[in-house]
Amino acid sequence: MKQKIILSVLCTVLFLTLLSTLTIGPVHIPIKTVAKILLSKIYNIQATWPENFQSIILFVRFPRILLGILVGCALSVSGCAMQGMFRNPMADSYVCGIASGGAFGASLVIISGMGRGLIMPVAFGFSLLAIFIVYYLAKTGRKVPVETLLLSGIAISLFFSALTSFIHYISEEWQWREMIFWIMGGLWKSDWNRVASSSPIIILGTLGLMFFSRELNILLIGEEQAQDLGVEVEKTRKIILVLSALVASSAVAVSGIIGFVGLIIPHTMRLIIGPDHRFLLPASCLAGGIFLVWVDTISRTLISPSELPVGIITALFGVPFFLFLLRRRKKIIGF
Amino acid sequence: MKLKVSHLNFSYDDVEALEDVSLDVESTQILGIIGPNGSGKTTLLKCINRKLRPRYGTILIDTKNISNFSRKEIARNIGVVPQVSSISFSFLVSDIVSMGRYAYLSRFGRETEKDLSAVKSSLELTGTAHLSNRFINEISGGEYQRVIIARALAQESKILLLDEPTLHLDINHQIEILELVRSLARKRNLAVIMVLHDLNLSARFADRLLLLNKGRVYKAGSVEEVLQPENIEKVFRIKVKIIRDTETNILSVLPVSVMKG
Repeated sequence: MKQKIILSVLCTVLFLTLLSTLTIGPVHIPIKTVAKILLSKIYNIQATWPENFQSIILFVRFPRILLGILVGCALSVSGCAMQGMFRNPMADSYVCGIASGGAFGASLVIISGMGRGLIMPVAFGFSLLAIFIVYYLAKTGRKVPVETLLLSGIAISLFFSALTSFIHYISEEWQWREMIFWIMGGLWKSDWNRVASSSPIIILGTLGLMFFSRELNILLIGEEQAQDLGVEVEKTRKIILVLSALVASSAVAVSGIIGFVGLIIPHTMRLIIGPDHRFLLPASCLAGGIFLVWVDTISRTLISPSELPVGIITALFGVPFFLFLLRRRKKIIGF
Repeated sequence: MKLKVSHLNFSYDDVEALEDVSLDVESTQILGIIGPNGSGKTTLLKCINRKLRPRYGTILIDTKNISNFSRKEIARNIGVVPQVSSISFSFLVSDIVSMGRYAYLSRFGRETEKDLSAVKSSLELTGTAHLSNRFINEISGGEYQRVIIARALAQESKILLLDEPTLHLDINHQIEILELVRSLARKRNLAVIMVLHDLNLSARFADRLLLLNKGRVYKAGSVEEVLQPENIEKVFRIKVKIIRDTETNILSVLPVSVMKG
């Protein structure tokens, strides 16, 4: 009951976030006008607003905010699933090499002078490559010990980071500027194309993960007991890992490395809504979207007309808040 | 219903853990497994519900060989109560007991009326119904273990395996848990295999005993047959006296001195 109330509150907040952040930017557009512009796409409404308002809303802010929701949701849902499945509070998709793999792939495309269009697919491919290398390195026999997985994740991350640094070192300045996007992460390159290319995998993957809520709950109790209760532990973990990797890699491919979201949001939601993944996954998804959109709004308005990389803001705002929660209610997280 | 384990062999890498272990247990019966540390008690339980794959040997439930069962099929046939551990996450007691129904649920299905009534009756049989809205990480050790037994009952299996269910509990809760197990075995027609460290408790609550030593069955039979001083001395390297209290007719093992050499 309590959980359902929290979920409906989060849904409402997400909707309000979408509406209100559409009004915010170098040009303030009143909320009524925003609503009219959006509805004019569906209904026939007489245009009483300046032409440029329409393009700001429809081609600049709206795709950017949608992408923010998608990426925030993807990062926190995959982080949440990985923490649950590995019973480890430090686990998230970045720790397993997805971020550094993606950044390396993107840098490789940029320096080799291949077409821009290849950046996203190649980044996506390298993210997946990284996590599968990590998985097979950690695999011993039929089992994948969690500690080994996290350690090999860190090792592979460092390896890809070194390769990326090398590419940066030998790159031209203009190439280097482009690569920085991937390292710092951000939504300033948002357009409808990115929304369209990332949304299918993110939405389907997120829904897929939600169908594993029961298994995630049982895995949280412990591996042995999960087997006793009928869960095929290794197989289930593999599926959850693949789904999380797909979701997180899509996010990295369109927005670069945005840290902390996959760690902070699931833990915060665990404190608020409890450990039950039937509620925790949707809550993380909604809260991740809300969080990233607001943080992105701050990053694009704080030193307007220029902008800050969103990763800086996620860390600056997210970490103190998270630490505050952690200190106050340490034992409730449960790890 | 009868569970029959024949000629089980298991080794961890190249360390032999179980050698030619056979046993059987029927509905309403409690088979106690005793033996020193490292004698293979827990390994035996893990082989029976196939968390470990024995090198050879068969496990039959009536006439069905379980070696090709899926994990869900095994969970529907064999319930497990692990050693007292703890769950640090704030799940409700009712959520934990519902997890016992996992083996009956399809991925896209929801709990049916049957699942809910299985959970409800398991809570009632174990006397934990009043705890169902409490958090699992906020109840006492004795209550916790009753909840875990309720979860195993919700699996509606005919076989129940318990691995030292009373470890770390005080004497009051030890007796309470074991009396619960005994009454459940009778009421629910369960075949129970229970690993117990405490020889006195095993003498009191098991119908038959199996004494393991270094992965082999040293002696199996009735409580009186197995709890002979020479068996205990040989396996545990300790001098004991076996006493039967005339008033309560309870058998107890009195340790006298550790054997040298």
